[in-house]
Amino acid sequence: MSTEFMTEHSTEYKVIGTRPVRHDGSDKVTGKAVYTDDLHLPNMAFGAFVRSPHAHAKIVSIDTSQAEDMPGVLATCTSADLPDPWDKVDDLGEGCVNYAHLSGNVLARGKALYKGHAVAAVVATDSHLAEEAASRIRVEYEPLPATTWVLDAMKEDAPLLHDDLITHTLDDAPAKPSNIESHIRFEKGNIEEGFAAADVIVEREFKTATVHQGYIEPHVSVASWNEDGRLKIWTATQGSFVVRQQMAALLKMPISQITIVPCEIGGGFGGKISVYEQPVAAVLSRKCGRPVKIIMRRDEVFEATGPTPGSFMRVKIGATKEGKLTAGEAWLAFDAGAFPGGVIGPGCMCVFSCYDLPNAAVDGFDVVLNKPKTQAYRAPGSTHVAFAAESVIDELAVQLDIDPIEFRLKNAAVEGTRRVDGPVYPRVGLVECLEAVKNSEHWKSTLSGPNRGRGVACGFWFNAGLKSSVTASVNPDGTVTLVEGSTDIGGTRTSIAMQLAETLGISAEDVIPQVADTDSVGFTDVTGGSRTTFATGLAAHEAALDIQRQMMERAAQIWECDTGDVEVREGVYRGNDESLTFSELALKADSVGEAIIGRGAVDPQVSTNAFAVHLVDVEVDPETGKVTILRYTASQDAGTAIHPSYVEGQIQGGSVQGIGWALNEEYFYDDDGHVRNASFLDYRMPTCYDVPMIETIIVEVPNPDHPYGVRGVGEVSIVPPPPAIASAIQRATGIRLTDLPMSPPKLWRAINNGE
Amino acid sequence: MKTHVSTTINGEAVEFLCQPRQSLLEILRDELSLTGCKEGCNNGNCGACTVILNGLPVDSCLVLAVEVEGANIETVEGVAQQRQLHPVQQCFLEGAALQCGICTPGFIMTSKALLEKHPAPDEEEIRFSLAGNLCRCTGYDKIVHAVQAAAESAPAPK
Repeated sequence: MSTEFMTEHSTEYKVIGTRPVRHDGSDKVTGKAVYTDDLHLPNMAFGAFVRSPHAHAKIVSIDTSQAEDMPGVLATCTSADLPDPWDKVDDLGEGCVNYAHLSGNVLARGKALYKGHAVAAVVATDSHLAEEAASRIRVEYEPLPATTWVLDAMKEDAPLLHDDLITHTLDDAPAKPSNIESHIRFEKGNIEEGFAAADVIVEREFKTATVHQGYIEPHVSVASWNEDGRLKIWTATQGSFVVRQQMAALLKMPISQITIVPCEIGGGFGGKISVYEQPVAAVLSRKCGRPVKIIMRRDEVFEATGPTPGSFMRVKIGATKEGKLTAGEAWLAFDAGAFPGGVIGPGCMCVFSCYDLPNAAVDGFDVVLNKPKTQAYRAPGSTHVAFAAESVIDELAVQLDIDPIEFRLKNAAVEGTRRVDGPVYPRVGLVECLEAVKNSEHWKSTLSGPNRGRGVACGFWFNAGLKSSVTASVNPDGTVTLVEGSTDIGGTRTSIAMQLAETLGISAEDVIPQVADTDSVGFTDVTGGSRTTFATGLAAHEAALDIQRQMMERAAQIWECDTGDVEVREGVYRGNDESLTFSELALKADSVGEAIIGRGAVDPQVSTNAFAVHLVDVEVDPETGKVTILRYTASQDAGTAIHPSYVEGQIQGGSVQGIGWALNEEYFYDDDGHVRNASFLDYRMPTCYDVPMIETIIVEVPNPDHPYGVRGVGEVSIVPPPPAIASAIQRATGIRLTDLPMSPPKLWRAINNGE
Repeated sequence: MKTHVSTTINGEAVEFLCQPRQSLLEILRDELSLTGCKEGCNNGNCGACTVILNGLPVDSCLVLAVEVEGANIETVEGVAQQRQLHPVQQCFLEGAALQCGICTPGFIMTSKALLEKHPAPDEEEIRFSLAGNLCRCTGYDKIVHAVQAAAESAPAPK
């Protein structure tokens, strides 16, 4: 592999930094791993949804009688079967949810707010029958005007989605409802003075289309609501505990009555945190007395689960002729979809996050419109704003005739830099990532040939901490069974196990990790926010220290000495002139005394601050407007790369998602507010024929808030591709595109109109 | 009205009854409990349900179960032999060529079929041949490397 490392480790590790085969790997290459849709419970029935064919419509009536009369149909449900929702806001770890809105998204109440909005559901003895029955549920609609573009939805005469939505703002509350849920404002310094001090000012407007996370596994659940009142749900989720939390609130039942079993999950990227089909499967199970499976069709996934927002952004940045940034101003409007609570908050926080900007102001608007409720998508909000801000930064570099990496180095955020939203960075690695790219063979190579260009861009993501829990039991054969609450989307069983192994001085293979259900492990937040290897790894480290303490006590007991006389180094325990390896001591400990069980429960309230710098060479075909990625290099500060292969994998995967977002992916809406490309074929995510190898440079500036220096690595890699590619296209063609995706028709038009 | 179908799956004679509307994917997963092939889209766009049908990789969601009378079908469950992983599987593991794993069985089947026909494909051929399989996690880099490594490791046993 071509990975380069730029490391600042002061410590030699035995397990960390190695590349063991992942613990769940064999099951996943042989087809044995059990995903939710692989479950087939005895007497299981199958559910299907009825969805709105209109982007906005009053629901006049729902007649389920024809469906219910069909042989094999067991029950139907509508929003009337869900309890009246609490108007309560709850924190799901990666964003908040209002349960009234969530309930109304799960099954429409009174109005359908987007095409594909679930209106009713039916359960039958087989899945084909359920689909047929769904088609016989008669829903009478009164269509209403709809809007799917954020600036249209902000207009005073725009069709209102929610009659009671009054803008949250620092100004006086407006008298009338609108589609604007909130207006956020951050300020730092004085932008008038800042822009007055600038020699060059660039201001541009940007648009981005709605895009989907695009996980290959559709949303799927099996629910069994038993006669004793207990509800058990097997589901594909990024967070079993937040599913339990949402189910308890939506169904108004105690959390102790609900067990969530997380099966293997086929991708999430932020889109598998909110519940969709889980409450419906539960209600149908209660009504028919059987376990009920619901799996969404792919068109349902596109039309009714969380894409990430479309946006309009205006960004203005000023700089001196020496290349120092003086001020920045951003006006950002993100669509939240049909219910409030999009990702405008992080968008506002991230827009200038890569730079030491003395004066800045950011205005952000969260706007509802007739699209599915948006959800997090890998570094949610940051990719949008990086496209805008990094494009402007690049244009400033061009106008000032300064090398784009040098320009960024002059202004890069470092330890002590205050972001526009307030926080001051601890030690961060943006400068090191820029230097890594500057020193790369790729950057030093010459790109020649017509219609070719090279672009560079930075990206930032906070990375979360949040709650994680594990328990770890020592086995007499010297292995440790690790039970964790974090669902494993991309190899975290192994990255967490490796940290436990490092602390105990055993091998990664001697740890047997498993992901537990909500009854079997302590509360653990979602696998999201790039937090799992950091926070659950921290919990595993704590559990290992707990085990080590107990092992030392047991050794003292065996050797008849004081615990204080026992010392341990690299898994070997010594005391009273005797020594035992971890494995030998585990066997002896088993025969004298109680089981050794370690626990780790953490709630770190920190961001671990990931930065990335990407470099791309493109070639534009002027005949078609198609952009080909010739070469791609991504550097990223991982803090410490626990399992370098999976760090590279996160960087490569995020880069390619970002390439798809940059060049091709979009929800294509018609005038009726219908998505016209709700299939993988027409939505057209990158295939392996569309991309080259993604070269990675892992930068390791250890995180001061973690014993092994771990930062999150999952998300930030999606952020730089759109602006890096936009700048490369600018170098290739002289045209600066400001509208995502930069698809062939758009670029072709720009080339041919001379825009 | 159900149709009786006789076929060979992973070297074993298999018979099943199916409705004309049922896909091979549905029969494999729901009737025969061969859940290694995955449903990602059910319309031939993602390749997660790839099986090898008479030597060719196909999307089993696009094959009607009634069409496989007399056919020879290989699924991911039959790829490892005598408790030994196939070189493609081994290289996927060692090369970290999977993250969530939902697309992996499809990639294993397409890659196996490719290497049986072209034991030494170049990167272009690998990327072209795997373009019908979507992966959203890896960015494909490690998948392509794993197939290259499998091609180099040994001629794939049939």
